Amino acid sequence: MAYSEKVLDHYENPRNVGTMEKDDPSVGTGMVGAPACGDVMRLQIKVSDDGIIEEARFKTYGCGSAIASSSLLTEWVKGKTLEEAGQIKNTDLAEELALPPVKIHCSVLAEDAIKAAIEDFRGKAGNTDDPGNAA
Amino acid sequence: MTSSNRRPIYMDYAATTPMDPRVAKKMVQFLTPDGEFGNPASRSHAYGWTAEAAVEEARKQVAALVNANPKEIIWTSGATESDNLAIKGVAHFYGGKNTKKGKHIITSKIEHKAVLDTCRQLEREGYDLTYLDPEPTGLIDLGKLEAAMRDDTILVSIMHVNNELGVIQDIGAIGELTRARGIVFHVDAAQSAGKVDIDLSVVKVDLMSFSAHKIYGPKGMGALYVRRKPRIRLEAQTHGGGHERGMRSGTLATHQIVGMGEAFRIAQEDRVKDQAHVAALRDRLYAGVKDLEEVYVNGDMTQSVPNIFNISFNYVEGESLIMSLKDLAVSSGSACTSASLEPSYVLRALGRNDELAHSSIRFSIGRFTTEEDIDYAIAHVREAIKKLRALSPLWDMYKEGIDLSQVKWAAH
Repeated sequence: MAYSEKVLDHYENPRNVGTMEKDDPSVGTGMVGAPACGDVMRLQIKVSDDGIIEEARFKTYGCGSAIASSSLLTEWVKGKTLEEAGQIKNTDLAEELALPPVKIHCSVLAEDAIKAAIEDFRGKAGNTDDPGNAA
Repeated sequence: MTSSNRRPIYMDYAATTPMDPRVAKKMVQFLTPDGEFGNPASRSHAYGWTAEAAVEEARKQVAALVNANPKEIIWTSGATESDNLAIKGVAHFYGGKNTKKGKHIITSKIEHKAVLDTCRQLEREGYDLTYLDPEPTGLIDLGKLEAAMRDDTILVSIMHVNNELGVIQDIGAIGELTRARGIVFHVDAAQSAGKVDIDLSVVKVDLMSFSAHKIYGPKGMGALYVRRKPRIRLEAQTHGGGHERGMRSGTLATHQIVGMGEAFRIAQEDRVKDQAHVAALRDRLYAGVKDLEEVYVNGDMTQSVPNIFNISFNYVEGESLIMSLKDLAVSSGSACTSASLEPSYVLRALGRNDELAHSSIRFSIGRFTTEEDIDYAIAHVREAIKKLRALSPLWDMYKEGIDLSQVKWAAH
């Protein structure tokens, strides 16, 4: 299994590893995957009052590609609005990391993770009318 | 301490072994114009006679390791071919037009794919298969095996030592059960020959598969033991010039055969020494990691060969662990399943939950492994586990006291 340099870099030096306070109203938590599949990602975002993602943290149980996908995702979402973050495509992650076909599902899981974190944030009281939400 | 110039430390002996230099030295004498390159089946000149003599000498060496008669050893291209020949050979002979004794075959869920896939093929041909579940230790329960035996059972195939776990099945006891019922008993001994003492004059095994490359011999070479008393009949699977008593046609590869013979000769001489060496190293490795919390040994350490050591580090995924151990060559699940995304079917058959199956590492060591290798492995495993658990949300949940089996996962 030859890993791309970018995957190895994220694996050796993962960005934004950690935990945020789940019950904090400005935090959205997405937990996706299952131990049965060998991949579980927990992604957390801290959202400012004007709907910008200020901070992101992740923890991943999974292979090198899964760790790299979630690490890269936390880099990409910082500074974005919730809407922008929700539009990140797994194909972009996969391309950036040069994931082989057998590992594409890791990037799909990362896309699911950010969507789940956004949904969790929006579901909290007082967060449904943030300016970034056009729908 | 990582060096891109240095090759990783090899701890995947169960996947394959390097040839013992003595074996390679012997083999090259049978290749080039100045060597003994003759076809062993050439009856009319010295080139053939010399090659034939070397082949028969090697046959004696292989037979000697397992206390069999040389006439009972058939050369093949490896244990996979031996398994195919044994299982299909028996099935077609005893279940075909000749005797119509029956069409039921019993094997286990943790056999090597060479056995399992052959059995699946026989199912497609109309044979009736029973795949026994092992106990959580990997051992086959003799009571359950006996209960599965029927009047129309013609074959039982159970491996001696499992390649993923290292557990040793009681083939002596199984042989008693099968012989009493006139059922043919086949054993895949690819991982046991040269490691576990085998005496075919005592154990009632009818067919036994051997592999050369698992015991410091060449790849692409194996043998099948076919008992003569009582006589076991097989339908040949490879037809041609009638070599090997008609059981396996094809010009014999003298250099390969000589290599296997030499490897088996050395194994017989050094078996006790080799096993003591690896047992001490395995114990050292286990002692170096067992205090890491949530560490599970897969298999049964008391009924196991010491050279195969399969261990799960809970809440850490196996591939990411192997990636972290880049200066160690180990495997997660068997080498044959490494291309798939499925967790090891052997560990699943033991009833291990999926996290433990995904987080397993097999360390398999051998004749050339050193204490330094083990100490290096311990240091790196400890460091890797620490780092990966710090990255793992499952480890966090475990630490918080959450029961992971109760969680509703949002799998896609």
